[in-house]
Amino acid sequence: MNGLAVGCIYGLVALGFVLIYKATELVNFAQGDLLMLGAFIAYMAVVLWGLDYWVGLVIAVLVMAVFGALLDAVILRRVIGQPQFAVVMLTIGLGAMFRTFASVTWGSEIYTLPTPFSAKVTTLGGVTISHEYVSIIVGTMILCAVLYTFFTHTRLGVAMQAASQNQLAAYYMGIPVKLIFSLIWAISAGVAAVAGILLAPVSLIDINIGFIGLKAFAAAVLGGFGSIPGALTGGIIIGLIELYSGAWLPEGFKDVSAYVVLLLMLAVRPQGLFGALGRKKV
Amino acid sequence: MSEPILKVSNIETYYGPIMAIRGVSFEVAEGSIVTILGANGAGKTTVLKTVSGVMDPQKGTVVFQGREIQRMDPDKVMRLGMSHVPEGREVFPFLSVRENLRMGAYIRKDPDGVAQDLEAVFGYFPVLKERADQRAGSLSGGEQQMLSISRALMARPKMMLLDEPSLGLSPKLVKDIFDIIVRINRERGVTILLVEQNANMALNTADYGYVLEVGRIVMADTCARLREKEDIKEFYLGIKEEGARGTRRWKKKKTWR
Repeated sequence: MNGLAVGCIYGLVALGFVLIYKATELVNFAQGDLLMLGAFIAYMAVVLWGLDYWVGLVIAVLVMAVFGALLDAVILRRVIGQPQFAVVMLTIGLGAMFRTFASVTWGSEIYTLPTPFSAKVTTLGGVTISHEYVSIIVGTMILCAVLYTFFTHTRLGVAMQAASQNQLAAYYMGIPVKLIFSLIWAISAGVAAVAGILLAPVSLIDINIGFIGLKAFAAAVLGGFGSIPGALTGGIIIGLIELYSGAWLPEGFKDVSAYVVLLLMLAVRPQGLFGALGRKKV
Repeated sequence: MSEPILKVSNIETYYGPIMAIRGVSFEVAEGSIVTILGANGAGKTTVLKTVSGVMDPQKGTVVFQGREIQRMDPDKVMRLGMSHVPEGREVFPFLSVRENLRMGAYIRKDPDGVAQDLEAVFGYFPVLKERADQRAGSLSGGEQQMLSISRALMARPKMMLLDEPSLGLSPKLVKDIFDIIVRINRERGVTILLVEQNANMALNTADYGYVLEVGRIVMADTCARLREKEDIKEFYLGIKEEGARGTRRWKKKKTWR
């Protein structure tokens, strides 16, 4: 159960990686730090301003979505077409800036975000289930259902798919591709914020929470970079493996297990679980 | 003749330092089919891309329906009523045929009209109706070409730019596609600018033709007259002329050089 819940978080962050990669062929290494910022904004809204948890959630998601769109429109749009290396360095640098900003603003203490699910348990057939973990799993499921419906059943969502699949043809259809890409960044940052808020009651909020992004990256690769169901499955697999290696293997294996799985996967099946072998035409 | 729907004056387009279009001018009359012929690398695709706004010309103007469009983004040009059917089809491979067609109508706000046009398009290409829920990437080359043309049609354009619709298709299919192009032109009054290597098909379909060589227009005339010119016959239609002793007069130069 706990492994599943943590896996869901990895899956959500991996989803953010994949959305942006599919659309713009950029790998956004600041994804984990977007999660951290989202969690802090929710903390500010709920604890400092005394707002309701749900209002705080909405505020954090909206603020992060706008932030994500601006990030694309102001900074990242300019590096499209530059070597991958430059983009990778840029997003890593942005991530470091966000962490520094957070430590200056909120300090390096550890915060707790009170939620309606905190410290509540249900006993079901002798098994104790914590509401916090249930909230993560249910939240992930709802978010995925919403995203799925959006991408397959709305005009804008289908246009986003179209722009990801063939940018030039999307232009020919009159789809405003640049705006669409900014919106994809907005969704990606919003998803990261949700992941951060769901994670908050379990792992507490501090400025290094964003390093979860590295494990989520492993999850995205495991699922086959570029596949949305793959990202979620990869996240859950990593979460479960981590839990069991923590329980059964010698101490220390828990933290490296995600990367061991990543290396094995790259050696055995480099395209990932759901990855297509054919390269996308650029 | 009234004011042309498209007037291109003296455009020069570069790929980095390489000048691909060296001062090209041409006009397209409203309601007509105009073709640009040329060999590989003559700059045909570049001309179309410059017109539709994918590439910006360094110099010169592109006037569509009385508006200068040479600096506009392609999605804006498209909203003015010009649909570009790119070379190599460029369908959205993971969307269904129906979704591809709906994307063609992305800019439109009249669901009834879109539904009507969807039926009209299925009328032109019945095979697309059979495959409406299949992924576009799973279609054959010819079907993808039909989809690409249909998708452009879904925007209800005033003018269509067609980039090598015959590329990689069987002669029978090429003929079918050209028949449909003529029907689109006659029945819906869509002006068509057609770029082709298949000079025979293009000259038999279009009203007026331009010949592009290494970034320059070297000949312009009605297609009926172009078909009769010796150079066109020899270099584009492949009709060999019998020389004095029955051998090919390989030393003969093109008249425009």
